Amino acid sequence: MKKPDDMKLIVKGKRLDGRKLDEIRPVKIEAGVLGRAIGSAYVEVGGTKVIAGVHGPRGVYPKYLEKQGRAILRVKYSMAPFSVNDRKRPGPDRRSVELSKMIKHALEPVIFFDEFPQLSIDLFVEVIQADAGTRAASIVAASVALADAGIPMRALVSSCAAGKIEGKIVLDLDGPEDNYGQADLPVAVIDGTEEISLLQLDGELNEKELKEAVQLAVSGCRVIHDKQKEALRRRYQ
Amino acid sequence: MTKQTKQYLKTFLDKQRLDRRRADEQRPLEIETGLIERAEGSAKVKLGNTEVLVGVKLDVGTPFPDSPDEGVIIVNAELSPIADPEFESGPPRENAIELARVVDRGIRESKSIELGKLCIDSGEKVWMVFMDIYILNNEGNLVDAAGIATIAALLNARLPKLDKDGNIDRDAEPDGKLPVVQKPIPVTVGKINSTLLADPTEKEEEVIETKLTVTTLENGNVCAMQKSGSGTITASDLEYAFELSRKTGKEIRKKLN
Repeated sequence: MKKPDDMKLIVKGKRLDGRKLDEIRPVKIEAGVLGRAIGSAYVEVGGTKVIAGVHGPRGVYPKYLEKQGRAILRVKYSMAPFSVNDRKRPGPDRRSVELSKMIKHALEPVIFFDEFPQLSIDLFVEVIQADAGTRAASIVAASVALADAGIPMRALVSSCAAGKIEGKIVLDLDGPEDNYGQADLPVAVIDGTEEISLLQLDGELNEKELKEAVQLAVSGCRVIHDKQKEALRRRYQ
Repeated sequence: MTKQTKQYLKTFLDKQRLDRRRADEQRPLEIETGLIERAEGSAKVKLGNTEVLVGVKLDVGTPFPDSPDEGVIIVNAELSPIADPEFESGPPRENAIELARVVDRGIRESKSIELGKLCIDSGEKVWMVFMDIYILNNEGNLVDAAGIATIAALLNARLPKLDKDGNIDRDAEPDGKLPVVQKPIPVTVGKINSTLLADPTEKEEEVIETKLTVTTLENGNVCAMQKSGSGTITASDLEYAFELSRKTGKEIRKKLN
């Protein structure tokens, strides 16, 4: 999308919504929000709102997807038609198919699949409002929902994006910044460390910017990681 | 591949590759262009034994409302059953979609095609560039082979002539080249036992933990990345992959014209 000529995303070191360059949007995480799902979570990152629900471990249908000696994780990410300005046609599109795959791969490294041979852990993420960073918010919610479901995991997965707007590397792009920005780099890390389980990039960065952006995104993940733990503690205290 | 074979391969692949390549060594690359006369541009890439054919078709269509003066690019990938007994026919599934989207990201984010020059009539008519990726033989690392074939096919593409009513005249002499100004090259590494292997083969892909594709440009900048597969990477893995991508990209770009 083309940026209107008079639009400025950074004014006097502050972003349009008043944030500093390395500041994350307000984050709200709640565990156990759905009655029928065995595990669930609600996550808000600024204007982005997602709900994740887990079913299972349960039998796998169709049967041929079953894995001997271990469970599988199935992920479906979807965006509600009303979650964006122009109504989104319901049902999977190419983007949501790719994101489902990315979210799955971001979570798989922490799950002890050997505990549930031949079963499936089914994870559903519904984006009810999108304001950039929906895959990161989805991973954050999914990871809390899996923990809430009691799925054995070695750690939580946290996720946050860094990006480039008007030549500056910033943390956690919001909608306008994502639309008019120069680069978007979503990252997920395991247990607030530097073990990266999701890494994508859209947009051009030089070597220095790339390093800076990855580090900034990882620092954002740490902030999120604390909030995820807090949410689980609140639920089970 | 049986579980036992996988276990066995895992024990030594980081030290000795099946085809005896060094960890950072690419397979031989061959690029052939212009082999499909009906397409506006085409290229076939052989990366080791992996073979990918890309055809570029150009059509006139309407622009997106938020970019009325820009042409449209569409990348699609078909994993035809001829390429691999594991591939099934039918609409593209997640692997085909991911492949197309990773290639698309490299082309789009590098602003490789000057979309502003593909406007025919603002808000009404623009050129639509369709890049269709056909996998002929899957011996691993489809992303790199497809990415290279796509940029080679774009460089090979010619804009068809429009007649006075604005219809495409595909029989007339073409109107010149497609405005391609960047050559994004994806370079993929696979990770096994903390070792990164360049340009993984299909057998290696079955045992590696994860892959990382880094797409770089002539100026040494990165324009797209994708970590694919479960498993994790570290910041130093990324640094290594970036360096390798720059070096390999430079070599590959010499073979494009």
